[in-house]
Amino acid sequence: MESVIFEERQNQVHRKGTQPFDLACNKDSLAGAVSQRACVFCGSRVVLYPIADALHLVHGPIGCAAYTWDIRGALSSGPELHRLSFSTDLQERDVIFGGEKKLYRALRELIDRHHPKAAFVYSTCIVGLIGDDLEGICKKASKKTGIPVLPVQSEGFKGNKRAGYHAACQAMFRLVGTGDTTGISKKSINILGDFNLAGEIWIIRDYFKRMGIEVVANITGDGRVGDLQKAHGAALNVVQCSGATMDLALMMEEVYGIPHIRVSYFGVEDMAESLYTVARFFDDPKVMERTRKLVREELAGLYPKLQEFRRALTGKKAAIYVGGAFKAFSLVKAFRLLGMDVVLVGSQTGTPADYRELHDITDEGTIIVDDSNPLELSSFLKEKDVDIFVGGVKERPIAYKLGVGFCDHNHERKEALEGFVGMLNFAQEVYNTVMSPVWQFVPRKNGAGLKG
Amino acid sequence: MKHHNAPYTSTTNACKLCKPLGACLAFRGIEAAVPFLHGSQGCATYMRRYIISHFREPMDIASSSLGEKQAVYGGGPNLKQGLKNVQTKYGARLIGVATTCLTETIGDDVPGLVKEFRREMAESNGHGELPALVTVSTPSFSGTHMEGFHAAVKAVVEQMAEGGPQTKTVNLLPGFVSPADIRYLQEILKDFGLTGIILPDISETLDGPAQTDYEKIPAGGTPLKDLKAMGRSRATLEFGRTLFPQETAGRFLENRLGVAWRPLGMPIGLRETDRFFEVLEELSHRPTPSLHARERGRLLDAMVDGHKYVFGKKAVVYGEEDLVVGLTALLAEIGVRPVLCASGGHSGHFAEAIAAVTAGLLPEPPIVREGMDFYDIAEEAEALAPDLLIGHSKGYHLARKWGLPLIRVGFPIHDRFGGQRILHLGYRGAQSLMDRIVNALLEKKQQDSPVGYGYL
Repeated sequence: MESVIFEERQNQVHRKGTQPFDLACNKDSLAGAVSQRACVFCGSRVVLYPIADALHLVHGPIGCAAYTWDIRGALSSGPELHRLSFSTDLQERDVIFGGEKKLYRALRELIDRHHPKAAFVYSTCIVGLIGDDLEGICKKASKKTGIPVLPVQSEGFKGNKRAGYHAACQAMFRLVGTGDTTGISKKSINILGDFNLAGEIWIIRDYFKRMGIEVVANITGDGRVGDLQKAHGAALNVVQCSGATMDLALMMEEVYGIPHIRVSYFGVEDMAESLYTVARFFDDPKVMERTRKLVREELAGLYPKLQEFRRALTGKKAAIYVGGAFKAFSLVKAFRLLGMDVVLVGSQTGTPADYRELHDITDEGTIIVDDSNPLELSSFLKEKDVDIFVGGVKERPIAYKLGVGFCDHNHERKEALEGFVGMLNFAQEVYNTVMSPVWQFVPRKNGAGLKG
Repeated sequence: MKHHNAPYTSTTNACKLCKPLGACLAFRGIEAAVPFLHGSQGCATYMRRYIISHFREPMDIASSSLGEKQAVYGGGPNLKQGLKNVQTKYGARLIGVATTCLTETIGDDVPGLVKEFRREMAESNGHGELPALVTVSTPSFSGTHMEGFHAAVKAVVEQMAEGGPQTKTVNLLPGFVSPADIRYLQEILKDFGLTGIILPDISETLDGPAQTDYEKIPAGGTPLKDLKAMGRSRATLEFGRTLFPQETAGRFLENRLGVAWRPLGMPIGLRETDRFFEVLEELSHRPTPSLHARERGRLLDAMVDGHKYVFGKKAVVYGEEDLVVGLTALLAEIGVRPVLCASGGHSGHFAEAIAAVTAGLLPEPPIVREGMDFYDIAEEAEALAPDLLIGHSKGYHLARKWGLPLIRVGFPIHDRFGGQRILHLGYRGAQSLMDRIVNALLEKKQQDSPVGYGYL
């Protein structure tokens, strides 16, 4: 069983209870190991993508833009410029003679055509090598067109997704502080690290509205350039997700003195606690009372329904492999609420602190893994006889090929999984998969061939 | 730069993918092979995701995972370590190494590095038999995924095929078609009594059965021993009209190893399939087996039964050049009017291929455009007022905007189920496409009709 784990990766896999916990992470992916990780560009792209009134121009050969065209279900309540895929589509002669002129012409052309509120220009591997002056071209284009044109230093090879998050935050930070903040309430927040997949940020915004709290900027789900520009007017940054937007919160804290808190909108416990944390911050009994009422109302409708799912799902086994570890915390709790056992949990880019926390909240025997790959994941799924695997698109065929249920908890999901209602959707989806009759026919449960 | 009809500097909603993706798909169709990208980790992951969403199958692509240091000092050590890891963990018997824009630009000499790797492994002798290592240059800044696909096929043939006494075997290089198409081609060859080698063969590797164990490398693919034997076959059938002015795998086999080359169009529609079957009759010295002759007959019968539903309907066809050529042939044969044939590729031979396959069928030729993206296609198509679209999933936004049926074919199919099982080729494929086209038009008519006819 262990033979699928590369020697170099032995210390990135831990079985709780077998030895003292000391998981290695933050390492470069091993060559030839088919890591599930992406690149710097991917990190920047997923963070900035939902800003719907901005132009997102990928400066590079066509692949990087093609593979990220309309990739996430990040919804917009208005403009949908983010759903188009723009590229400078660099050709051989651009690589030889430089891509600056082409980039400038492309920017002028696209800004004239679409009238965006700002433009993000993503650097890709090749741009980092041929030495195009992205900063200079962006400045020139900005001067000419009158809108902010922001370079995103996201050369793919310069690290993993987390470096891309940082580059995205740096680009966004250039917008912050350039807008007018008059009229913004003292009880106001920015929502960071929610990407409005399947309309999730609208659920969360509604909760804050019911609490009497103003949301200044969605960062970045259903995001707008103008909101980012006045985001420094908010009293608090409420940050979700493992690290995608944390750097922005830290920069805003340093420069504008805006404090931040970390939250998670997945699962009942974390959702409620997130709202209470925000309420406590504003230290206003009225806000707290409204929050209590909100949670009470939501739970009253939710619990009886969850109990039904729990009856069916108790004792079933779940595996989790996600991009950032922060989401995994909530998922562990959510499965527990459904009576299920989490037997495997891992992430692409977790930090030592993340894994320590995962170790603390999981049961004995749970496998904890950093930067895993198909061979390892498939062997873990089999060993643990898992009923449902939660991950992204790349993990899906691993589960399905083995006849194991799957839940997409990544960018391509079309069901809202955040908020109290999201917990119900999640339970429903887990139920729909785990209870499907198809598993009784798959080879894993039923042998390989026809029985005579 | 070759013909490029597109008037804009920037590309919006590309109608093409990058070169290494095509190479990975081709390598996936070889027995016990692992596609390997020499470049940054993101390339492999993005392409895996894109391919998985179509085939709904595992698609492991290894990467040398270059970082900043390697981009400066060269990717050689990572490449070698990656090759070793793929050999030991995956048990690969062939590793197909494709380059990316990163490693092409830093100037890594991949064939040289692979040679070094072979020598080092032979010296250390600790790893048993070395897998076959095929290298192909696929910089994303030149050409599309189809060039990458064909370059990989050519590289496999150039680096693996061996000469020798001629056998009775026939090589078939189908290009990028679906697993269902490949299974059908196998059936056809068998029914003609021909022993064939199909390269690549994704019929099992990208459409496999449910498993008890995760297969490190999915079973199936062109057998390794057949790759060598291709140089001794008596003929090579190669599909793809727009390819042939260039050097191809088939032409290489003829020039270097004396295997007779039989270039053909992708056999989509009646006439292109007839040409394919004629060659099979000639090679097998047999008439078309009755099963297939009857399928042809049923296709003709269906063409008659359905002709009124489709006559004069205007279609926009887009996608890979050779696929579009074949589809345009079929449309012209059944009486649909292709008004715009568009591709993101730019072979320079798209228009002449379209003209050849539609000869004598169309009152006026369609507009044929290379190097197009979906912004260009939308702009061009709007004035043509089409009735239907034929192409892959990425044209859906236009179909939705214009309220038109989209007949999904080719790759990628990201918004429907069963893309890997769509049949395009031969009489059977034409029948299936014809049924789908007629039904899409009937559905549209029914939807738009205030009457709600129950008979159509």
